[in-house]
Amino acid sequence: MRAFQQLRYWWPRPQFSVFLLVLWLLLMNTLSPAQILTGAFLGWLIPFSIQQFWPERPQLRKAWRLLPYLVNLLWDILKSNVMVAWLIMRSPARLQPAFIRYPVTLTNEFALTILASTISLTPGTVSTGLSPDHKTLLIHALHVVDEDALIRHIQTRYEQPLKEILG
Amino acid sequence: MNIPTWLDALIAAMLLIGAIVATLGSLGLARMPDFYMRLHGPTKASTLGVGCTMLGSLLYFSTSGEGIRVQEVLITVFLFVTAPVSAHVMAWAALHRRVHCSANTRHPPWPEMDRAPVTEHAASSAPAGDKESAD
Repeated sequence: MRAFQQLRYWWPRPQFSVFLLVLWLLLMNTLSPAQILTGAFLGWLIPFSIQQFWPERPQLRKAWRLLPYLVNLLWDILKSNVMVAWLIMRSPARLQPAFIRYPVTLTNEFALTILASTISLTPGTVSTGLSPDHKTLLIHALHVVDEDALIRHIQTRYEQPLKEILG
Repeated sequence: MNIPTWLDALIAAMLLIGAIVATLGSLGLARMPDFYMRLHGPTKASTLGVGCTMLGSLLYFSTSGEGIRVQEVLITVFLFVTAPVSAHVMAWAALHRRVHCSANTRHPPWPEMDRAPVTEHAASSAPAGDKESAD
C-alpha cells in the first residue's frame, strides 16, 4: 500500500502521461527515439509538477461518450458563427444584450467546466462568472429576446446530456 | 503535387471562409459598444476562422504527398479548449473591475456580485472580489 502511494506521488496520472506523450509525438510528427524520450519526460514532468493545483482526479471512465456531444457542439459552433456574423453586420444599436443567471444543477467540476466552455462557444453567449456556491452561472448574451427560452435551450441541449455522460 | 481541381477549390473555399470569418470577428471587435459585447466576436471568429484555415492547410499538405498531418487538428483543438477559458477570465476580470456595460443591457450583475456569499471556496479563489466589495 505504501509503495503504491509512493508511486502515486511520483507518477500521479499515468493516463495523462501517456496522453501527453502521444500528443507530443503527434505535434512533432515523428517517432524518433529522441522525441519519444523528450515526450516521455514531459509526460512525467507536467502531471508531477501540477498535481498540487489539481487535487481531485476527474472521473473520465465514460469520456468516450462525449463524442456525440462534441459532434453536436461542432454543429452548434458553425450555427453560432453564422448568427453572430449576422448580428455584427446589423446595426449594433438594435442588439438587446443581457446578463442571464443560469441555475446550474451539475455538481461535477469537470462537467461544469465543459458546460461553461460550451456556452462560451455557442450562439451569442459567453459565460462570465460562477457564483461562489457553484449554483449560478452568469452568462452574457449578445442578443436575447426570450431569456427563459435560452435557459431551457442550454438545459436540454447541453446540461442534460452532460449530466447523463459524466454524472 | 497533383491536386485535383475540386480539392483545390475546396481548399481555396476553406481559406476564404476562414478569412471572412476572421474579418467579421475583427469587425465585431471594432463595432460593438461595450466590453462584454466585444468579447463575442473574437471568441467565435477565432475558433471557426482559424478552424477553417487549418482545415484548408490540412487538406493541402495531406494531399501534396508529404503524408497525413495532424498538427492542424491539434492547433484547432487547443484553440477550442483555450478560447472559452480566456473569454471567461477576461469577462470575470471585467466584472470585478466594474467595467461598464451599455445602457440597454438587461440585468447588470453588480448588486448581487457585491454581496456574493463568502464561502471557503470564494475566500481562497477570489480574494480580488472580496477586496472590491469592501471598497
